[in-house]
Amino acid sequence: MPTDRLRRKTGIGAAPDKTPVVLSLKDANARIVYALDINAARAGLKVGMALASARAVVNAVHVVEADLPADRAMLEAIADWCDRYSPFVALDPPHGLLLDITGADHLFGGEQAMLDTIRGAFRKQGFLCHGAIAGTEAAARALARFADGTIAAPGDEAATTAPLPTAALDLDEKDTHALVRAGLKTIGMVAARMRNELMARFGKEMVFKLERALGKREKPISPRRILPAYSAERRFAEPVVSEEFIAGEIQELAASLCEVMEERGQGARLLETSFFRSDGEVRRIEVETARPLRDPATIAKLFRTRLDALTDPLDPGFGFDLVRLAAVQTERQVPESVGLDARPDEEKEIAYLIDRLAARFGSHRMLLFQPQDTHIPEAAGVAVPAQHADDTDIKWDARNNVDPPRRPIRMFEKPEPIDVFGAAVPDGAPPRFTWRNVQHRVVRAEGPERLAMEWWQSYDHKPTRDYFRVEDEAGRRFWLFREGLYMHGAPERRWFLHGLFA
Amino acid sequence: MDSLLRKIEGVFEGTRALLNPISGESRQRPAIATGHADADAVLPGGILPGVLHEVFAGDMSAAASGFAAGLAQRVRGQKRLLWIRQDYAALEHGEICPTGLNELGIDPSAVLILRTANAADALKAAADALSCIALGAVIAEVPGNPKILDLVATRRLTLGARNKGVTAILLRPSAHPEPSATETRWTIRTHVSAEHDEDWGRPCFDAALVRNRHGETGRWAMEWNCDDGVFAKPAGHPATDHGPVAATLADGSAQAEDRDWRRAG
Repeated sequence: MPTDRLRRKTGIGAAPDKTPVVLSLKDANARIVYALDINAARAGLKVGMALASARAVVNAVHVVEADLPADRAMLEAIADWCDRYSPFVALDPPHGLLLDITGADHLFGGEQAMLDTIRGAFRKQGFLCHGAIAGTEAAARALARFADGTIAAPGDEAATTAPLPTAALDLDEKDTHALVRAGLKTIGMVAARMRNELMARFGKEMVFKLERALGKREKPISPRRILPAYSAERRFAEPVVSEEFIAGEIQELAASLCEVMEERGQGARLLETSFFRSDGEVRRIEVETARPLRDPATIAKLFRTRLDALTDPLDPGFGFDLVRLAAVQTERQVPESVGLDARPDEEKEIAYLIDRLAARFGSHRMLLFQPQDTHIPEAAGVAVPAQHADDTDIKWDARNNVDPPRRPIRMFEKPEPIDVFGAAVPDGAPPRFTWRNVQHRVVRAEGPERLAMEWWQSYDHKPTRDYFRVEDEAGRRFWLFREGLYMHGAPERRWFLHGLFA
Repeated sequence: MDSLLRKIEGVFEGTRALLNPISGESRQRPAIATGHADADAVLPGGILPGVLHEVFAGDMSAAASGFAAGLAQRVRGQKRLLWIRQDYAALEHGEICPTGLNELGIDPSAVLILRTANAADALKAAADALSCIALGAVIAEVPGNPKILDLVATRRLTLGARNKGVTAILLRPSAHPEPSATETRWTIRTHVSAEHDEDWGRPCFDAALVRNRHGETGRWAMEWNCDDGVFAKPAGHPATDHGPVAATLADGSAQAEDRDWRRAG
């Protein structure tokens, strides 16, 4: 793959003169061959050999420094693209991918046809690829590397992998070498030995690997993306471009998705539509919901809103050939009770409004207030994204039934420094202060209300604040505070304006 | 021919609704009393729900915020309030403070906040939200005088509000009045506390009703009673009531004063 990437990007190795191309890597102060193209392989070069000896074997060789991060990114991109064949794609670094095609092969007309389709698509994109299908991940990997194109019938893995060389077991170089030296040149020959002998000599891990290659033991593979709980997809024989058509498709997909979810009593909290472009690009658009959702029309409308609001609009290029709608997160949705009470309907309307606005402007912009159990003014009530808020049990302290309000209606996130003038009573409010270049004369003041920063929370050891509610001669009401305690000889304390009262 | 004419009529219906003066009083919902007797006498019995109201800041934006919150609280009933505010406003005028709302007797859990990046988004969101029947009121905060907030935009808000009966309130800090389709326009200044109070009293506004589609204008001292959630005539305040005055005069003078206060916060 690395040389394919290089050729696609720079054209190195595409020349008809068949100059071998190798990628080199520095390993323990020696330059070694990390990857090679087909011409280099034909010339007898091997991965892992020293670059110096490679140069000795072939005269004219094109050496390029290996770029591992780029290889990794390429593999990720290919994995994204492979998502169209099966949602279960796992990386098999450095250069392999594993697809769980259970239940997906019939979409392509059987395993053979599916393998041919995938291999054909890779070739068209300029990748040399080996592929195989087997019941276990290790068997498939061994077959792909040493018997390209093989399909092991279910239960037939042992027989199919038996003729492969021992190296296909993917053991340490040392162990492989030892097995070959002992005359065990194929997997079949290794498999014929007693397991306890092998275990004693090579350890448990090696036996497990052997069993897996024989299809007798499975190792779970983890997909690179979370498998959606529910998904529906539509393939198009001809790539589609029309926005209208796509919107219609989403609604239809939503209908089939909701049907399945309804059977299980689930509703979607996070939905994702994946648009697979015919040239391999994949775009995924997510929509969150405030409560479990199972209404196709609403889902379609939310995606519509989201697509309209994208700063980087959906680019169909030459068209999409697959659209998949998946419910990534679901929650139990209790059947709605039809009561005389109008509230549930209203709650539903609110949830839809929240989803709509969040889809349009971003879920971080659609907020709800939640009380916090603290007296720190700026933390006592916080605005949290409405879709993630649990608004079932929000309880604000009952207002103290005595006027006037003790907290401002507008509060500055960052208290603004003010200049105070005039001799104040040591612990009192300033008679005059300047905020934003306007001087205010204090005619009424109430305070101090001493708020100590909670020492058990690390608020960067913020000093205690003395808050004052002050009113100027025009009736403007401010919330000021003085930082720190009044002590003789203490450094001059600073004043801030934290909020404005109605 | 007849059907063709009807068709053309249908096409223009939507456009006409935006261009024609707003009519159709038949769909009007009953007014909700502010609680301030003199103001209610000039208004059609109180604040009309399902229309657009404008609240301009005469000096401090916080006073206008409080007054707008009070109006919203009056009209919203048991329904929720959506407060749309712009990112810039949080820096200039401060963030809406939930504990402060709570102290004003407005349940913070009934308030939804939408933060938008600019006036265009705020107006779009407001238009969308006015179609949500479960909302009681939408406060859209639009500081300054952006081009996008013109006569047509206010007409659109009025129509949107009338459709589902959700009251729209445009909160306009540091802005000067412009032609608009609003039902009422208020210019709010702070009002000094009553002399005899030890502590300062309830929130008190010097509220000038500078535009009233249904009657005279006026200027009153209005106090917000946090416990009962109503406006009231302040007791024992120095008299500043100007009573009903001619609309043009109040509008003109308010405008002149507004300019001085535009940048004052």
